[in-house]
Amino acid sequence: MAYVFDMKSLSASYGNKVVLQDINFRVNENDFIGVIGPNGGGKTTLLKVILGLIKPTSGSITFNKDLPGENIIGYLPQISTGDNSYPVNVTDVILSGMMVRKKIITRMSAADKKRASEVIDELGLTAVAKSSLNEISGGQLQRVFLGRAIIGNPVLLLLDEPGNFVDSTFENNFYEKLKELNKRMAILMVSHDIGTISSHVKSFACVNKHLNYHPSSEISNEQLLAYDCPIQLITHGEVPHTVLRSHASDGH
Amino acid sequence: MDINIFQYEFIVKGLLGAVFASITAGIVGTYIVCRRMVFLSGGITHASFGGIGIGYFLGFNPVLGAAIFGILSALGIEYLSVRHKIREDSAIGILWAFGMATGIIFIYLTPGYSPDLIGYLFGSILTVTNADIIALGIMSVILIIYFSVFYRTILYMSYDESFARTYSSYVNTFKYVTTALVALTIVLNIRMAGVVLVISLLTIPPNIAMIFTRVYSEIIIWSIISGFIGTVAGYIISYYLGIPVGATIIFVLVILWLLAKFYSFIIKGLKQSAINN
Repeated sequence: MAYVFDMKSLSASYGNKVVLQDINFRVNENDFIGVIGPNGGGKTTLLKVILGLIKPTSGSITFNKDLPGENIIGYLPQISTGDNSYPVNVTDVILSGMMVRKKIITRMSAADKKRASEVIDELGLTAVAKSSLNEISGGQLQRVFLGRAIIGNPVLLLLDEPGNFVDSTFENNFYEKLKELNKRMAILMVSHDIGTISSHVKSFACVNKHLNYHPSSEISNEQLLAYDCPIQLITHGEVPHTVLRSHASDGH
Repeated sequence: MDINIFQYEFIVKGLLGAVFASITAGIVGTYIVCRRMVFLSGGITHASFGGIGIGYFLGFNPVLGAAIFGILSALGIEYLSVRHKIREDSAIGILWAFGMATGIIFIYLTPGYSPDLIGYLFGSILTVTNADIIALGIMSVILIIYFSVFYRTILYMSYDESFARTYSSYVNTFKYVTTALVALTIVLNIRMAGVVLVISLLTIPPNIAMIFTRVYSEIIIWSIISGFIGTVAGYIISYYLGIPVGATIIFVLVILWLLAKFYSFIIKGLKQSAINN
C-alpha cells in the first residue's frame, strides 16, 4: 500500500526542551490512526510538524510524491481560532479550505464553488449555507470546519481532539462521516478519549516524547504502560473502575 | 452664484479629495474594523505626528516624516506582537503618547510660527496641496488593485490567521504589507481629517455599512459611499458655517451612523410585528 508520509528518526524541540525524539512513523493511504498520549507528551507538536508549522531539529518527514495531491492536508483544529463575528458566511469558510490547493493569487473558480456546495450538502449544512458563524450551533460550526478540512480532497486528514466540541446528537454522524472519508484519505486523530475512539480507529500511535505504534484498535493498560504512555484507560466492568499504575515503592 | 477661479479650484480639490479619501478610508477602514485593529491604527496615527514634528524641525515635507514614522511604528508593533515579546495594547499606548510628545517637542523647537499645525491636528482642506491629492489618488489605485487581486487571501487570513498559517507561508508577508498600506493610508488622510479625527474617518463608514450587509466586498463599497456622503456634506456645512472641516465630517458621519442604526431598528421592529400578526 502506498504511504502518505514517512518520518525518519525525527526530533523536534522548543528551545532546549526536546518534545519529540527519534520518531519513526509511516502513515499509509487508508490508515485511521488514533494519536494518544499524556498532556505535554507531544501530540500537538507531532501535528505541527506534519503541517510544516515546526521544522524538525533532526531527522526528516517526506510526503509521497506519487500520490495525486501529495502534500494536501486537511486540518481540523482543536478549537475555533477564527473570529466568529467576522463577516464571512458558512460557504466562505468552507471555500477557504480550497486555499491548500492555491498559490498566492486566489480567485475561486465556478468549479471551486460547485465543490463547496457539494460539501455543504454532504455535511447537511444546506439550510445555513449563507448564515454567519455566530448564527449557527456548535455542532454545525464543527461540521463547517470539517468541510473546510475536506473540500481540497486531501490525502491526509488531521483531527485535533474533535470530541471537544462535537455535540452528542452529531457525534455518531461525525464518526460515520469519518469512516466514509477514510475510504478516500488517511486519518490521524488526536484524542484523549481512548474509550470512544477505539471503536472507530484502526490502530493507535502512543506519543510521549517517543512514538510507539500499536497496530490494532484494541489496547490494554499493560500495553499502554509498556509504551510509556501514562494515560487513564477507562474499562467497563462489573464495578465501574479505572486501573491505575502500580506504585514502584509499595510492591504491588 | 458667481464662482471665481479660486472657488472653482477649491471645489475641484475638495471633491477629488473627498473621492480619494472615501476610497482609501473605505477599503482600509473595512480591513481594520473587521480585523479589530482600530486601536492599533489609532496608535499609528498618533505616532506619525512625531514624524510631522521632525519634518518641520529639519525642514523636509512633514507628510514624508509622518509616513516614515507611521510605517515603522506599525511594522514594529506587528513584529513585536507576532513574536509575543510585548503586550500589544501596551505597546500601542506607549507609542501613541511618544509620537505626540516627539511631535510637540520638535514643533516647539522649530523657530517661527507653524501656520498649518492646526491643519495637521484637525484637518483642513485649505492646506491640502495638489501633491497631497495626487498621492491619495495613487494610493486609491494601489489599494483597489491590491484588494481585488488578493481579496480571498486577505479575507481568509484576517478571519482565521492561525489556520491560514497551516496552508500558507506568506501570512506574515501579507500582514506586514497590508499594515504598511494601512499606515500610509492613515498618513495621507491626516491632511483631510487631521491626526485627532482621522481614525473616525476609517471606522465610522464600515460600521454604517455593517448595519446593512455582512458581505466583506459590500462592506467596502458601502463604506466608500457613506464616507463620500459624509465628507462632501461635511465640506458644505463647514464652508457655510465657517467651522473646521475635519470635525464637521466626523460629526456628519456619526449622525449618519445614528440614522442608520435607527432605520435598521425600525425595520426590524416592523418585520417583527409583521411576523407576530
